[in-house]
Amino acid sequence: MPEISAEQVAHLANLARIALTEEEIAHLTTELGQIMQAVEQVNQVATPDVPPTSHPIPMQNVFRADVVTDDVLSPEQALSGAPERDGDRFVVSAILGEEQ
Amino acid sequence: MARVELMDYEQALELFEPVIGLEVHVELNTETKMFSPAPNPANEKYHGAAPNTLVSPVCLGLPGSLPVVNGEAVEKSISLGLALGCSIAESSRFARKNYFYPDLAKNYQISQYDEPIAFDGEVEVELADGRTFQVPIERAHMEEDAGKLTHVGGATGRIQGAEYSLVDYNRAGVPLVEIVTRPIFGAEGDAPELAKAYVSTIRDIAISLGISEARMERGNLRCDANVSLRPRGAEKLGTRTETKNVNSFRSIERAVRYEIQRQAAILAKGGAITQETRHWHEDTGTTSPGRPKSDADDYRYFPEPDLVPVVPSPERVAELRAALPEPPAARRRRLKAEWSFTDLEFQDVVNGGLLNEVAATIAAGASPAAARKWWTGELTRLANASETDAASLASPEHVAELAALVEAGTLTDRLARQVLEGVVAGEGSPQQIVDARGLAVVSDDGALIAAIDEALAAQPDVLAKIRDGKVQAAGAVIGAVMKAMQGKADAARVRELVLERAAAAE
Amino acid sequence: MSHSDELIRLSAAELAGRLGRGEVSSVEATQAHLDRIAAVDGAVHAFLHVNAEGALRAAAEVDRARAAGESLGELAGVPIAIKDVLVTEGMPSTSGSKILEGWIPPYDATPVRKVREAGLVPLGKTNMDEFAMGSSTEHSAYGPTHNPWDLDRIPGGSGGGSAASVAAFEAPLALGSDTGGSIRQPAHVTGTVGVKPTYGAVSRYGSIALASSLDQIGPVTRTVLDAALLQDVIAGHDPHDSTSIAEPWPSMAEAVRRADVQGLRIGVVKELDTDGFQTGVRQRFHESLELLERNGAEIVEVEAPNFEHAIAAYYLILPAEASSNLAKFDSVRFGLRVTPQGGGTVEQVMAASREAGFGPEVKRRIILGTYALSAGYYDAYYGSAQKVRTLVQRDFDQAFAKVDVLATPTAPTTAFKLGEKLDDPLAMYLNDIATIPANLAGVPGISLPAGLAPEDGLPVGIQFLAPARQDARLYNVGGALERLLEAEWGGPLLAKAPDLSTHELTATEEGAL
Repeated sequence: MPEISAEQVAHLANLARIALTEEEIAHLTTELGQIMQAVEQVNQVATPDVPPTSHPIPMQNVFRADVVTDDVLSPEQALSGAPERDGDRFVVSAILGEEQ
Repeated sequence: MARVELMDYEQALELFEPVIGLEVHVELNTETKMFSPAPNPANEKYHGAAPNTLVSPVCLGLPGSLPVVNGEAVEKSISLGLALGCSIAESSRFARKNYFYPDLAKNYQISQYDEPIAFDGEVEVELADGRTFQVPIERAHMEEDAGKLTHVGGATGRIQGAEYSLVDYNRAGVPLVEIVTRPIFGAEGDAPELAKAYVSTIRDIAISLGISEARMERGNLRCDANVSLRPRGAEKLGTRTETKNVNSFRSIERAVRYEIQRQAAILAKGGAITQETRHWHEDTGTTSPGRPKSDADDYRYFPEPDLVPVVPSPERVAELRAALPEPPAARRRRLKAEWSFTDLEFQDVVNGGLLNEVAATIAAGASPAAARKWWTGELTRLANASETDAASLASPEHVAELAALVEAGTLTDRLARQVLEGVVAGEGSPQQIVDARGLAVVSDDGALIAAIDEALAAQPDVLAKIRDGKVQAAGAVIGAVMKAMQGKADAARVRELVLERAAAAE
Repeated sequence: MSHSDELIRLSAAELAGRLGRGEVSSVEATQAHLDRIAAVDGAVHAFLHVNAEGALRAAAEVDRARAAGESLGELAGVPIAIKDVLVTEGMPSTSGSKILEGWIPPYDATPVRKVREAGLVPLGKTNMDEFAMGSSTEHSAYGPTHNPWDLDRIPGGSGGGSAASVAAFEAPLALGSDTGGSIRQPAHVTGTVGVKPTYGAVSRYGSIALASSLDQIGPVTRTVLDAALLQDVIAGHDPHDSTSIAEPWPSMAEAVRRADVQGLRIGVVKELDTDGFQTGVRQRFHESLELLERNGAEIVEVEAPNFEHAIAAYYLILPAEASSNLAKFDSVRFGLRVTPQGGGTVEQVMAASREAGFGPEVKRRIILGTYALSAGYYDAYYGSAQKVRTLVQRDFDQAFAKVDVLATPTAPTTAFKLGEKLDDPLAMYLNDIATIPANLAGVPGISLPAGLAPEDGLPVGIQFLAPARQDARLYNVGGALERLLEAEWGGPLLAKAPDLSTHELTATEEGAL
């Protein structure tokens, strides 16, 4: 397994949208290396013949009827936690990127 | 912005082979959303709802909320997959696509990754001149739409230069099927038209299945176009660009053509194409670079732990397959023969997007010729004048009723046009309008004769000319009579009577 | 002992009996618990929010309904504490994080709705490690909870608040959530009972997700019967949760009332019976097994060779799922918003808000999970961890082919001192060694008091595990062992807990300093 670098941690922080400080990055680089070393053992037992398990209790075909329910919120409820709103919409500051 | 150089289209095709790939998103018209029991704005019933009125905790990604799959959306997706000639997965599952964007409530999109619901299909696409192409489909998968951002401040609502943005999550969670083609080779100079015709075919399929409103102007149908060029004789595919925001049939064709010309100019100069997302600008007819593909595209897909696999029963898939409507290309061939239209007449109907309307009008009793005439004629003219779709102006039943009134002689063409305007204005059925406005043809010869005699008496010189055999002079009398009858007379009958009365007048 | 003091020491079942017979009103019982909270929670800090007014109103409504002869649930009128991981209409729900400070959800979690519908009286929200990441409650953004047995020690985690609230007689019942042991390990260190039901037995709708494929809501109580009564209330199919089990459940309370271990085959997991566990913990564990054997159970040693990889797999799966689950905390629709000085783009606002709103353990796990899922590492980390999950399930399958239930010590040590392991995440993670396998496999587990460790006088728990959907077996063996042990002890273990009123002053004085 590759060593984890500070650049990598900074990249991960960017992917995870956390503005880590330099100090945090340095600290996490060390810690992450230790943790990954401790958990790497999963590779040794995870041989190709073992299927992965994503759900502990296997189920399939769980569907909802196509019917509107009383889970629908009023705009007042929907916006009740908004840090900033303009009428019935949420406000965010300018977007650096582009249309997705 | 630096001036973009474009190569002449014909020259570009001499040097390079265009290869295109298309991703089409179809919004399903289910009652509720993909994973939430909130109303679906892509259903006609909820279109245009006020901001944030069609949301549940799931749509807002509120802490603790959980998705549950809409069974109807799955069925519609399977039907679409089958209509695209795809195999339906024995087992299919959802995955999370992780990226941050303010319109994406959970900051991950529930989509499908390694196990799409449908894969390996083929769609027959017909060009305007009747040639057909088989477009290979790689996959069709289910996912959820994002919310809608409105950019405030800065120019014309664009994201660049905006001061802040407003978010409406009504669209968040609308069920989508994303249809991805394999690279399409061999279209050559027809690649732009093929791209347009392909999306049009997807629309026809969606409409025939009744799974989507399929209106591009509303975003029910959206297209991203991948274009790459490879030098003649080369094996390896060129670097591709993905043009987004191509949201009308016309712009699909233009955007593909533009990218071919732009890329050819770069490559011919020894330059390299950047793998990137580009944005189509309808106003200028150009594309502009977006974000280059990068590490930020690390979507960290993993199986969605909140949802369980979808395992369609073979019996149900067989039922859905049996219920499929005829494929659009085959249907068109059949209808053209049945209606005995010329190539030109039929293309007029198809290119106007009026095939379903004409078919429904004929089914409601009109003759093929009358149905075609009204839809591609007067209704298209009215639609162009008001910048809307002809299909949205009148129902096939009303058009058929109108045609029947003309056929029966109750209305002249001119009267019928007036009645149609009433229909478009929502005044009721043609018969109701005829009754209300008193627009029916005066078929009472007595009333006509009285008017003719009066006109002839008023214009003795004209009478003399007619009697001298100058039959064309009758036009002046006919005009006067029609005016006197306020247009509610059959001009042909008036002419007959004028000649008769002129001869009889001594 | 005052009337009020007597009320708070009753089990939920006993209190429900008195309420049913009209010997006490729900308002009286609720007030008694509110008084207790006022008296001791300054020292214990089990609660993040106490809703006295709402509780008394709900209690009065139950009293009214009872007086009117309306049909009520068995636990109607009994107060309950709710872990802050569950969203509650009208009460703040923070999941122990600063990023959700003050957020009042517009909807109730399904288990909360069910307890309200059953007439239970929510007292307030209990403290927890931030987003349930931790084994000590020290990662709460609102300060740690203290163990009622020794206020300098941890109450376990992440649900230390719920466990401490019942251990300190502030509530007879509490709701918890268990992702890797967050119900069972706090039960172990506080001398209480905690059950993680089968995955899917209790709806996760409205539980602020940590790791979706591991999380499960369950009861936190002082007696096995109380846990069973509470599970009977909260379990059952919920169409809002796709992973909720559709089949009906037998009564767990019935299983406790008929508890009998005659002929029961109990497997001792060899890999979890080692000297890696504190002496007193192992001693009480084996004494309990001997007691069960003397009463007709058969003790068998079983092997679970892949359990040794369970922690590694868990610390890949959990951070991976958590990194995605916690992405929604972006300052747009709810929660903390921090704008960098001089403004910023939405990307910068999101990053600054998450930097300010998340604590160190949460950041650590988000970065770890982002890494485990990222391109090029998925197969080696997340993919491999999912395979280990399969192997752990196979170990369970093989063991349950031989025995009815498995037994292990719940955790390696008794309650450690606050601060002792805070700077050593790997040491902290080892607390969950015995509890994690159940979450990976989705099987149910219970921890109940097995006694006090002779070396430090602190509570020790014993854990039983059963096959998926066989939760009733846990209530059977737990109910039987509790009865046998209490007969030996001459009463519940918690009767030996220190009187908190003596500590209260100290804590207050410390707080004043």
